Parts: sequence; C-alpha cells; structure tokens
Amino acid sequence: MRYLPLTDDDRRAMLETIGADSVDALFRDVPRAAWNTAAPNLPDHLGEIEVERALSVMARKNLDCGAAPCFLGAGAYRHHTPAALDYLIQRGEFLTAYTPYQPEVSQGTLQTLFEFQTQVALITGMDVANASMYDAATACAEAGAMAARITKRKRILVSGSVHPHYASVTATQLQHTGLDVEVLPPDPLAMEDLLGRVDEDLACLIVQTPGFFGHLRDVSKLADALHELGALLVVAVAEPLSLGLITPPGEMGADIVVAEGQSMATPPSFGGPGVGLFATRSKYLRQMPGRLCGETVDVEGRRGYVLTLSTREQHIRREKATSNICTNSGLIALAFSIHMTLLGEAGFTRLAEINHARAVDLAGRLGQLEGVKVLPAAFFNEFAVTLPKPAAEVVEALAARGILGGVPVSRFHPTYPELAEVMLVAATEMNTDADVDALVAALKEIL
Amino acid sequence: MSTMYYTEDHEWLSVEGKTAIVGITDYAQQQLGDVVFVELPDEGKELAQGGEAAVVESVKAASEVYAPVSGTVTAVNADLEGTPALVNEDATGAGWFFALTLSDPSELDNLMDAAAYEAFVAGLE
Amino acid sequence: MVDTITGNQALQIEQPLIFEQDEPGRTAVDLPAPTIQEDRLGGLRRKTKVGLAGLSEPQVVRHYTRLSQKNYGIDSVFYPLGSCTMKHNPRLNEKMARLPGFGDIHPFQPESTVQGALELMDTLAHWLKELTGMPAVALSPAAGAHGELCGLMAIRAALEARGDARKVVLVPESAHGTNPATAAACGYEVESIPGDGNGRVSLAGLKDKLGPHVAAFMVTNPNTCGLFEGEIIEISKAVHDAGALVYMDGANYNAIMGRVKVAELGIDAMHINLHKTFSTPHGGGGPGAGPTVLSDALAPFAPLPFVVHGPDGFRMIEHARDAAEGQQPFGRMKGFHGQFGVFVRALSYMMSMGKDGLAKASGDAVLNANYLQARLKGSLSASYEGPVMHEALFDDRFLKDTGVSTLDFAKAMIDEGFHPMTMYFPLVVHGALLMEPTETESKQTLDAFCDTLLALAAKAKAGNADWFKAAPRHTPRGRLDEAQAARKPVLRWTPPAQVAAE
Repeated sequence: MRYLPLTDDDRRAMLETIGADSVDALFRDVPRAAWNTAAPNLPDHLGEIEVERALSVMARKNLDCGAAPCFLGAGAYRHHTPAALDYLIQRGEFLTAYTPYQPEVSQGTLQTLFEFQTQVALITGMDVANASMYDAATACAEAGAMAARITKRKRILVSGSVHPHYASVTATQLQHTGLDVEVLPPDPLAMEDLLGRVDEDLACLIVQTPGFFGHLRDVSKLADALHELGALLVVAVAEPLSLGLITPPGEMGADIVVAEGQSMATPPSFGGPGVGLFATRSKYLRQMPGRLCGETVDVEGRRGYVLTLSTREQHIRREKATSNICTNSGLIALAFSIHMTLLGEAGFTRLAEINHARAVDLAGRLGQLEGVKVLPAAFFNEFAVTLPKPAAEVVEALAARGILGGVPVSRFHPTYPELAEVMLVAATEMNTDADVDALVAALKEIL
Repeated sequence: MSTMYYTEDHEWLSVEGKTAIVGITDYAQQQLGDVVFVELPDEGKELAQGGEAAVVESVKAASEVYAPVSGTVTAVNADLEGTPALVNEDATGAGWFFALTLSDPSELDNLMDAAAYEAFVAGLE
Repeated sequence: MVDTITGNQALQIEQPLIFEQDEPGRTAVDLPAPTIQEDRLGGLRRKTKVGLAGLSEPQVVRHYTRLSQKNYGIDSVFYPLGSCTMKHNPRLNEKMARLPGFGDIHPFQPESTVQGALELMDTLAHWLKELTGMPAVALSPAAGAHGELCGLMAIRAALEARGDARKVVLVPESAHGTNPATAAACGYEVESIPGDGNGRVSLAGLKDKLGPHVAAFMVTNPNTCGLFEGEIIEISKAVHDAGALVYMDGANYNAIMGRVKVAELGIDAMHINLHKTFSTPHGGGGPGAGPTVLSDALAPFAPLPFVVHGPDGFRMIEHARDAAEGQQPFGRMKGFHGQFGVFVRALSYMMSMGKDGLAKASGDAVLNANYLQARLKGSLSASYEGPVMHEALFDDRFLKDTGVSTLDFAKAMIDEGFHPMTMYFPLVVHGALLMEPTETESKQTLDAFCDTLLALAAKAKAGNADWFKAAPRHTPRGRLDEAQAARKPVLRWTPPAQVAAE
C-alpha cells in the first residue's frame, strides 16, 4: 500500500514497545457489536493505473466546456486559468499546509491572505475583507446575520435580483435564529419596488448587481434610503470580474459586500469548491465572521502577519461566536489572489472590457433572431433572453447539437410559468466568433 | 468616602452613596494577559446582579464580566476603546469599565471586602 | 540576529507585498485589445482605479515561490496536529480532479451531459454509507462545522415534524468550539456535560441532564482526548430513551474507518471531514467538505440538492417537489451541488486505498499514536492511561516549575524541524499537547520526533527556560506580537497617499 510506510517488522517492534499483542488489541474500548464483522461492500485497493482508468471512464461520460461552445453562467463563469496559476497553487507548501496557527512557519500563507484581503477590499471598494467563506451563498447568509447583530433588528429582505441559491441558503441557514428572511419573487424585468418595502424594522436589504437576470443597478439611492432608516445594504456579486468595469458596491454606499470568487479562481468544477468573498466597512470589523489576517511585528521588529481578532470565532467564543465557520476556502482564496496578481490593474480591467464586448456582440446577434428578446438594457457579461419556446427544451436541443447554449431559468424557478421561456446566456473571453456563429445557427433551426 | 467591594469573579466595585464604578482586579488582568478589546454595555442599560455586563478580550480568550450588583449604567470608560492596555496597566484606576446607579444597595452585603478578597485569591494559588 | 545586508538568509528571502512591487500598466497576461463599440453599462462604468498591483509573470512566479518557501507543509515536515489528521495528500487526487471531464464541467449543464459527475457523487455516497453502515448521506456541507449544522438542522426538522420541538443541546465540556457554536446557530441553548475524570463523557452526568427539553447530544468519538467513548451504545440508548437524537462529530473518524460500523453505535448523524480522513489537501485553511451520514430517523430531512439513481440514469434533485414521497428537505445549505472537486479527490483516495487499505490505515494511525504515547509518557505527562486511539493527549504537568510553558515547548519544536502538535486544546487539561501522527508516517520519523521531544523535555527540566522563550530562532520570523495585531488591527495594505491623509 503505497501511502503506508510501516512494514510488518515496524509494527512488531512498535507493538512490543507499547506492550500490546496486536493492533486489534488497541481497539479494546470499541464495543464488539460495532466491529465491522461483515466487510463493507467495497472493492479492495487499486494501483494508480486502475484508479486513473476507472475515473477517466467516468469523466469521459461528461461533456466538458472545452469540447463545446459554452455560454453558461447563472453564478458560475468559465474564464481562462493561466498556466502559472495552476502550477503555483500545487506547490506543496501551499497545497499541504494547514491553517496558519503557528505564524512563524506560515508566513507564506499569511502574507498571501493579507494580499487577498487587500485585493477583495480594492475590487469591491470597501474597507476590509476577511480571509474567505465557503461560497457566496453562505456568505450572503452570514451577511444577513451580521446586519441583524449590528442593527439589533430581525427582518432581512432579499431582492428578486439575488441568485436563487443565495436566497435559499440564506433562508435555510437563518431559519432558527429568530430572524425573518423574506425572499421577493424573481425579478426578470428589474421592476420590483424596493424603496416601497423598506422600513425601520429592516436589518438589511440584500441586492445583487449584476443581477441574476443580468441587470446592472445603481444602488446609491437605495443605500441612502436604508441608511436613513438605520438599516444596512448588502450587495451580492456573482461575477467578480464585473468589478473591473462597473462602479463597485463600495462606491454606491454598500455596508457589506459578498461575492462568489469562483470565476476568477477556478474552472467551473461542477460548482465547487468556490470561495466566498466578504467585505465590509471598518466600523463593522468586529462583527465580521470568518478568519482575519493582520499585520504586526516580530521580536526583532520585522513586519509579519498573524491570524487576529480570533476572539470572534468559534474556538474561543463557542456559542457566542459570530459564526461557526472553521475551515474556509484557503487554497481557492490563494488561487483568486494569484490570478488577480497575474492580471494586475491593466489585465483585470482589460479582461472585463473583453467580456463585456463579447456579451454586447452576442446580445446584438441573439436580439436579431425572431422571437428572441434580450431583457436587460444594461449588463456585464450575462443577460436573460426570452425565447418563443420553453427554454428547457431549447437547451436540451442545443445540447443534442453539442452546444451548451444557456441555462433555463425554470431550473431555479419551476413554479413560475411566466419564466418558462427565459434563459440566461453568458459570454466570456473563452468564447470565439465561431462559437457565437454555431449558437446562432443552431437557434435558428430550433426556434 | 468610597468603599471597595470585590466579587469571586474578580470584579471590584467602588461605591459612594448610590453610585458605583466597576472594573476587574489586578489579579484578573494578570490571568488574562494582554487585553486587546473591551466590549462595554450601553449607557442606560439595566443590569441584574450576576448578569453579563461586559466582555474583556485577550488574544486567546474572551471573558465575561458580570454585574456585581443590579443597577443602571450611567457611564462607560471611553478610553478603553483606543487603549485597552489600560486594563493591564492600571486595572483599579484608569482601567475602570463602567459606572452605575445601584437599584438595591442591600446586594452589597453579599460581596467581599479587601481583606476577604485577598484571602480568596491566596486560596486559589 | 540576521547578519546579512539584505536581511535574506540564503534560501529564505525577504519578500515585499505585491503592492510594493507595482508598476502601472505592467501585467502578466497578454490579452487582445477589446473591439471598441458602444457599451451597454447603463452609465455605470467604473470611474475609479481598482488599485491592483501590476507585475510580470517572472515576478509573480518568484513572489509566490519565495512565499511558499516560508511555509511548513505535510510534504516537507511531520505535522502531528491533533484532530486535524495531517496525512499525506496524494498527487493522483490532484491529477484526477483536473481531468477536463471533472474540472471543466458547469454545474448547470443539462443532466444528460454530466452523468459521469452525478455517478461520481453517487459512488462517493455509496462508499460513505458502506463504510459507516448508515442508510443515507448529505453531500452538500462544505466543511466539518457545516456538516454539524446539517446534522443539527436535520435533528430539529425531525423533532418539529413530530410536534416535539425542544430547546437544549448537550455538549461535552471537552468538545471542539464548533459544536456549541453550531448548536447556537440552530437556535438551541447549550448545556455542558462533565467528563468522568477518565477523559470520557460521564454517562451518569449525561443521564442527569437528559429530559424532555433536550433535543440532542453532540458527542465526538473518538473524543478530543484521543479516547474511544466505550459507553457510546449506552449513551445513544439513554439519549433515544429521553426522546432526543445523537450527533456524532466525526472529525476523528480516521481512527475507526473500515473497522467500526458507526451505525451500530446508535447515532443519528455524523459528519466526515474529507479533508482530514480522506486525504484531500488542507490548502492552508480549506477547501474541505463535510458530508454527513444520517440515520433512518433523519434521512427524510436531508437538505437539497441530492443525487438519485433512476431507470433513466442519474438525476439531481434540486427542489422539494421533485423529491420522493416522504422527503421533507430542511432547505439548501450551499450554492450549486457541493464541493465537487473535493469529492473527486476523496474518491480517488478511497479507490486507491480500498476497503482493505482503509482498515489498515486506521490500524496504523492508532498504532502510531500509541507508539508516541508509549515512548513519551515516561518523560512527558500523559493525561490519560492508554490505549489511545489515533491521537495522544499530554498536559503541562511535566513542565511544572521549569518556567517553560506548552507554548514555549512548541516553539522550540519548530526549530527542530517539526510542526508542533495542537496546543491548549482540549480545554479539559491544563496546557494540552494533542499529537496525531496519522498512518502516513514512518517509524523512523516517529522515533526522530520522540527522541527530540525527550531531549527537549530534559532540557526544560534542566532549567533552560530562557532558551525556550527565545524560540523559534531559525524561522523567517520570530514570535509575532499578537496583542498588537488585535489592539491595532491592520487587515490590508493601504496606498501611502491614503495613509498620509488619515
């Protein structure tokens, strides 16, 4: 067994030192009734060759996005992974390190966390960010809980622009905390009246821009109205690349920003693991969940980094902690940070321009198809379209032609018949003109 | 003239008439180590004897500070926000936490005086 | 004291922040100029700079390479962190996760195009159910603490469904902080159960606290003292008799996998840390995965989404209305479908090890921990009589009157080329030192470790306290001022102009 260094001679010698007859004897506290007398219905060990073979067979049953024109978004976006990025995150000192509890031998991890926190604050236009959450959906729930702690109020309102998974997870995670989470119906035309629904009972309003249906939204007026009522504005961002081209939430009055870092950190990976970004204003720092990395000095006066403000967390505050989170998404946060570093200001903003230009081109061409209407007037790299047929059928027909053409909104909202013909379409720098031609041609046939 | 009282949770109480100032003892700050943050109650808050009044945080721990007597908070030590180290440097003076008006002075009878507290601490070590 | 001009020490290079290496316009990617046309940004084009740093690719590679060299990792050193299971992270797992058919698939592709992905999730679920003997598993929790939340939410849903909502969760005093934090997040009050003086839960103490107001008992088994809760079957029975349910924290499952049929212990839910027991890498703090096995009592309440196998292949159930009759999911815990990339890595490991290998691994893990206990207990103070499970707990009685604390002792270990064991946890002993070697360490490594600890203990007892207080001496940074970091938090780099203005 290639991962087990002990030999039978070793085991014999060790048992002698211990004074036990056998390894089984060391398990004497385990009740007999619980011994695995019937071996589980599982295969024995395999060498690398067999494991690779078996898993490759499984992998080949999937149509990967590199093998088909792919226009899928809905919260997960496909961007290029620079070769240097994939190499660096596999360095053993990053990959196999633990949480940096012994800072003297973790300055690598800690400095990269400090840089990550800075980058997240910069792109969102906020003051401080944490060292990551599991994903945007759980970060959203945590933001709601944080707003409730700060305002000492119990009501959380979730806009119809918010990704249905973020809304659903927020409602689930907070269901026993005495907070009242109201999720507004999906808002494909960005027509919901939010100003009319905010009052002094509200802890926060959660809004997403670019929204689930693609709409860009200036939330400054909302922020002002909420602040006058003593409530907070939480802004969710599903595609952080958008922050390279549009006004960031921090400049529009947001109090907390949560985002899904996946698009800038990893390939789509069937949705996980991703990384939750979480940023806020300095004044709310102590209410922020998650780990935080801070700057300090060592005994020789040299600048260094440590995990800090740990007394908010579960291992110290226990039932009074700001969150129960322990392990978060360290390596994916590192990947996000390395990608941001590779791109830099010039690359990040240019990549955002390229994505938007692609999407504008695609919207123009799709809008020319009979019966197809692009819903948002303003968007970043994704937009909803209405089709003359149910979107779910159209998507299956496209897949049969080897095209991953879009995501039917009915997959998220099966009980809204008026959304049956709505499809989300995304375009990134990975799409070529040929991809767009293929999609348009296929749609002409299908619709 | 003010009178000093002490609790088994290592709080001190300096009482003059119906007003009291509350802090933690020098023994307590030594046990805690470097204090990094103090969470104080809001002015006007009603406290019950033995209820949670404040939280004092060191790097590795967060400890509750309980109300030694019942009353209403009238003032908090704003200096602790910028300089939590005052609790370590001068626990019984500049490191005070909050002041309150007593609602039931008879509760003072349950508390220790300086000599009793000293004996109590000696017994712990 | 460093005596070089640069402050560098040969292979250890002082490395500034990326922001301190910034040059405007510089980048490590070559992107084409976007085709200029009218934008559709609704007047929301960003007018301010983002402020990201510009470096070229060679500089980026050098930056992160140098930073990586300041880290200890399992790849380089022995890392006996208790309850973390720092076992070898096989690179085969990384290769499999990067197969295009796994890494480059989108969560919302039509199901017909991702049958292999659904099959992988189903296969992983099968392994977890077979190993534990439990009938159901929720795959979506993203980490151990998230799995605890899953288990408690299922318990709460089950109790509310039978019209018997209760208010209190019992937790042993030795429990990991996530346990009470999770119970509180689920709306429960937490009460503590004392130990029996022998490192285990007191059954009598538990029975004392059980009552119609208790919803659940959260027990870690093996527990945080490294001991198996031998009375677990009686514990589960007592809890069930009182109308409550049992949550078992499976952080220490590495001790019993392939050997103990967890279902026979009478528990209702247990999370498994794939990033501990099943070798997926710790990554400096995640990502992990915390799939939670469930009993028949809790299975109906498992959260969305989950994979089912029907006559037409695999399906992903994403809405309660599509679930089978009797399923009442308590909600959705996570975006998308769970930590798929972690599933691939874990399954790759399970297939490599097989049922025979997993049983052998747990045996070696327990053997290694007992070996540490046996070699060290003469000189260090073992907290409890053995045998232990996969980790051995010591406390600081052996350092009494030396002036050396557990912390000082740990920092000296760093200079000797070992990552310290877990310190000051569990809280039930003073100055805890919790060591978990795992099965992927050779006897040579264990002997070198024990020899070193015995020598350090002797040094401490000989009165060399100052030497310990000055450790570590050979690391890129010495001890760091954590009080300053907490008193004056600086959590990001700020441009100098901004600092000057403030």
